[in-house]
Amino acid sequence: MSDKIDQKRREFVSVAGLAAAATVVAPGVFLQATAEAEPRSEAVTGKVRYGMLIDTNKCVDGCTDCVTACERENGLDLLKMPEGADPEEWDRQRPRWIRKVKVKDRLTGKVTTLPMMCQHCEFPPCQDVCPTGASFRRADGIVMVDRHICIGCRYCMMACPYKARSFIHEDIDEKLTVAPRGKGCVESCNLCVHRRDNGETTTACQEACKEGAILFGDLNDPNSEISQALRQQNNTELRADLKLNTGVRYRGI
Amino acid sequence: MKKIHYREWGIESPRYWGILAILGVLLAVGGLAALYMEHNGHWVTGMNNQIVWGVPHVFAIFLIVAASGALNIAAFSSVFGKEIHKSLGRLSAMLAMSLLVGGLLVLVLDLGQPTRLIVAMTTYNFKSIFAWNIFLYVGFLVIVAVYLFTMMERKANKYYPTAGLVAFVWRLILTTGTGSIFGFIVARQGYDAAIMAPMFIIMSFAYGMAIYLLMLMFTFKLEGRPLGEKLLGRLKNLLGIFAAAVFYFVLVYHLTNLYGTENHEYEAFILRDGGVYTALFWIGWILLGLLVPMGIVFHPALGKTHGGIIAASLLVVLGGFVAMYVIVIGGQSFPMAMFPDKVIIESGFYDGVNGQALHYVPSIWEFLLGLGGVAVALAATLVGVRVLKLLPMSLEDEIVDPRQG
Repeated sequence: MSDKIDQKRREFVSVAGLAAAATVVAPGVFLQATAEAEPRSEAVTGKVRYGMLIDTNKCVDGCTDCVTACERENGLDLLKMPEGADPEEWDRQRPRWIRKVKVKDRLTGKVTTLPMMCQHCEFPPCQDVCPTGASFRRADGIVMVDRHICIGCRYCMMACPYKARSFIHEDIDEKLTVAPRGKGCVESCNLCVHRRDNGETTTACQEACKEGAILFGDLNDPNSEISQALRQQNNTELRADLKLNTGVRYRGI
Repeated sequence: MKKIHYREWGIESPRYWGILAILGVLLAVGGLAALYMEHNGHWVTGMNNQIVWGVPHVFAIFLIVAASGALNIAAFSSVFGKEIHKSLGRLSAMLAMSLLVGGLLVLVLDLGQPTRLIVAMTTYNFKSIFAWNIFLYVGFLVIVAVYLFTMMERKANKYYPTAGLVAFVWRLILTTGTGSIFGFIVARQGYDAAIMAPMFIIMSFAYGMAIYLLMLMFTFKLEGRPLGEKLLGRLKNLLGIFAAAVFYFVLVYHLTNLYGTENHEYEAFILRDGGVYTALFWIGWILLGLLVPMGIVFHPALGKTHGGIIAASLLVVLGGFVAMYVIVIGGQSFPMAMFPDKVIIESGFYDGVNGQALHYVPSIWEFLLGLGGVAVALAATLVGVRVLKLLPMSLEDEIVDPRQG
C-alpha cells in the first residue's frame, strides 16, 4: 500500500518537476526566439535597393500564376464580396497588387503580355502627394503604405502613373499577419516586404513563375543576378519620360 | 456715401425656421448618407479602383472654389477701393466661410478613414499640396473671421484695409492650391497643367459671384429690403465678365492641348468621343454654364430683369458643378498612358482596354452627401445673417453710390 503511495508521490514529483522545468525553460526558449528576430528591430538601410526584372519574352499569355500567388501570399484571396454588391461593380473595387496586361505596339502590332505592379520608383509621385506621409519609400527602395496614418484620401491613386494602387472598399473579416489591412486605406505591392524582414530572398510572384520571367534582387549589388542580367541586355522603364527611376524593369517591350 | 445701417435678417420666424427646417432635412440626409458609406465602406458608392474620386469631390471642390470667390465682393472694396462694394462685404465674408465649411465637410466625410482627421492635422508631408491645403483652408477661416470682425467692430475699423488685403492674397493662394491638386498630377493626361491654378481662380470669381448674387437677392427680396438696380447691374455685369474669363481659360487650355500630338487622344475624348463627358462639356459647361448666362446678362432687356439675373446666376452655378464633373471624373475616366507607344488590348485591372473610358456610375449616397454640404453652407449663411448685423438695411443706389445720389 505504502509502496503504491510512494509510487504515486514519485510520479507526482516528477510531473511537477517537469512542469517546473518547462516553466523555467519556456521563457528562455521564447527569449531565444525574440533574440533570433532581433534584426527586425534594426533600421532598413539604403545599402540595398530591391527591384525586379521582368522578361516579357518569357511571360506566357493567359497564365496568371503570379497573380494567384500574390493574392494568396498577401491575403487578397481572403476578401469576400460584400452581401448585396453587384459582382461586376465589386470586381472593379476589389484590390489587386499585380495584374496581367496585354499590349499591342502601335507601329509593329507586336503583342506583349506582362505583369504590372507597383514600379517602386526612386522618386514616387504617390509619396510626393500623400498629405500625411503614409505613402513612403523605405531605405531599401520598397514603396509602401503606412496603414496606421493613411487617411484614405486616395490622392496617391490619382498620382500613380501605373495605376498600381487599390483602395479597400469593404470591411475585412479575415487577414494575414504578414499583410494587415483595413477598410478605407490604400495599399499596393510591397515586394513581399515581410519576406525581406524574414531574410528570404524571393517574392511570391517570382517563385510562382514557372517560366522564370520574374527576377527579384538587389539592384545595388553589382554581383547580384538581377544586376548582371540588367547589364547584359537592354531593359525598359515604364513611363521613362517621367524620370522616376523605377525599381521594376522590363525586357522585351 | 451715406451711412449704411446694418440689421439682422428680420423675416418672420415661421418662415425663417421653415427654411432652416428644409435645409436641416437635407443636412440630416447628407449626414446619414455619409454614415452609411462609412459604415459599409466605399463599395456602396460608384467609386472604384479606377475612378477614385467621385461625386463628393465634385461637390467639395466646387464649394471650396466658390468659397474663395464669394470673398471677392468684399475684397473689391478693401483692396481696390471700390466703395460701392463696401456695403456688400459682410455677407461676402460670411458666405465665403460657410461655403468653405460645407465643402470641407463633404471632403472629410468622403475619406476612407474620416476619424483619422486628427492624423491629417498633426502629421504632415510638406511636399504634398494636400498638406498645404489643410493650412490654407484653416487659415482662410481664421483670416476671414478677423476680416469680418474689422468690418463690424468700429474700434477695429482701422485694420480693415490690411485685413482685406491679407484675406484677398490668402484666397488667391488658396485657390492656387486647390487648382494645383490637379495641376501637380503628372501621371494623367487631363491634369498636369500649370493653367489649372489660374483657371480655378477665375472659376472661383464666377461661381462665387453667382452664389453671392443669388444669396443677396434671396435675403433682400424675402424681407423686402430695397436693392438698387444700378448696383445689381454692376454685379451682374461682373458675373458676365467672369463667365467670359472662364470661357477664355477653357479655350486656352484646350487649344494648348490640341497643339501637342500627345494630347490629341485626350482632347478627342473630352471634345468629341467621350459620350456623357463630351455632352456635359459642351451642353452643361460651355453652353448652359457660360454662353447662355453671358447672353442673358449682356442682353439689353433680359439683363435688366431680376428673373434674368437669377437665371444667369443659377446657370453659372450649374455650369460650375458640371465643369467640376468633367474635370474630376472625366479626367480620371480617360485611361492613363502607361504605355504611350502601345495599345492595351487586355487587362486584369480595367486599364482602359483599347482606349475605352473607365467605368463610373455615381450612387445616390454620393449626391446626398454633396447636397448635405450645400445645405450646411446655406444654413450657416442664413443663421449668420439672422444673428449678426451682416445685411445693410438698404442697398438703394443713392445710398450705396454717392454719384447716383
